[in-house]
Amino acid sequence: MVLAEITGNIATIGYGLAAIGPAIGVGIVVGKTIESVARQPELQGRLTVLMYIGIAFTEALAFVGIATGFIFV
Amino acid sequence: MNGLNSLVLSEGVTFHAPTIAEFFPDAVLFVGTPFEMNRIMIIRMIMVVLLVVVFWLGTRNMKLVPGRFQGAIEMALDLVRVNIAEDLLGKKDGRRFLPILTTIFFLVLFLNITGIVPGFNIAGSSVIGIPLVLAIVSYITFIYAGLKKHPGAFLKNALFPSGVPKAFYIVVTPIELLSTFVLRPVTLTLRLLMNMIVGHLLLVLLFSATHFFFLGFGQWFGFAFGTGTLAFGIAFSFFEILVSVLQAYVFTLLTAVYLQLALAEEH
Repeated sequence: MVLAEITGNIATIGYGLAAIGPAIGVGIVVGKTIESVARQPELQGRLTVLMYIGIAFTEALAFVGIATGFIFV
Repeated sequence: MNGLNSLVLSEGVTFHAPTIAEFFPDAVLFVGTPFEMNRIMIIRMIMVVLLVVVFWLGTRNMKLVPGRFQGAIEMALDLVRVNIAEDLLGKKDGRRFLPILTTIFFLVLFLNITGIVPGFNIAGSSVIGIPLVLAIVSYITFIYAGLKKHPGAFLKNALFPSGVPKAFYIVVTPIELLSTFVLRPVTLTLRLLMNMIVGHLLLVLLFSATHFFFLGFGQWFGFAFGTGTLAFGIAFSFFEILVSVLQAYVFTLLTAVYLQLALAEEH
């Protein structure tokens, strides 16, 4: 007896899994930047640039995840 | 995935989920020659011509007290010059690499923004060509800058960072090689490409769902869901404007950061 059946490729949920890590990472980067700006508002310009660099590096992992989805699935 | 690709109701209105084939439309111009062009290629051509024309008109007749149009162009140019080039590279090197940074910024911006221009509806940078070429340009630029500034020492600094015990080079060198010379161009390409692909797929999904809910259902919940997806579609259209500018900014910023790392004094 078959209770439940899934057709297609289980790898399509891969991007969801791949996005968890970068999501947490980007959250930490932005959160820490806000914290720092709250402590030292005069450094806001410098910190914003650093935040974007940090986000760019962190979110790259999520994009590797979505690219592998298109290539290997 | 197959089950969701087309959903048919009794009225005959079907729901088509967007696929990757969206980005490879049929060629329409010069079909059969090596120069055949599809929609996306034509959009790129139009935007490049527009970019040239805008800057030609904006800087053709420059005055000491800028008019409105010249003022806007100067503000945009200053964003790259002050906030990216001079901030990260300093006055002297910033001036040297300003042309390439400005070119990258405005080319990426103009090709990204077509993703939400009505009638175009697809970003010129959502096929790998543009992101790849710009990433290679950025790659060659930072290696050239490094080799010119520290001939001989650039590769040693990049691959064998000082202050690390000799035995650790077995681990450190392959990681540095991979991250500096392989992952930098790959992530530059993927970041821009995937942002544009995902943005387009999301908008197509929301608006085709709206079409399906309004015309395929017709009961009150069809209108309720349709209104919801329409609202989200409009919201994400505005979000895509933000993403377009942000990706142009991030691409230029990372190029500047790589240049800065290549030009940094030995330590």
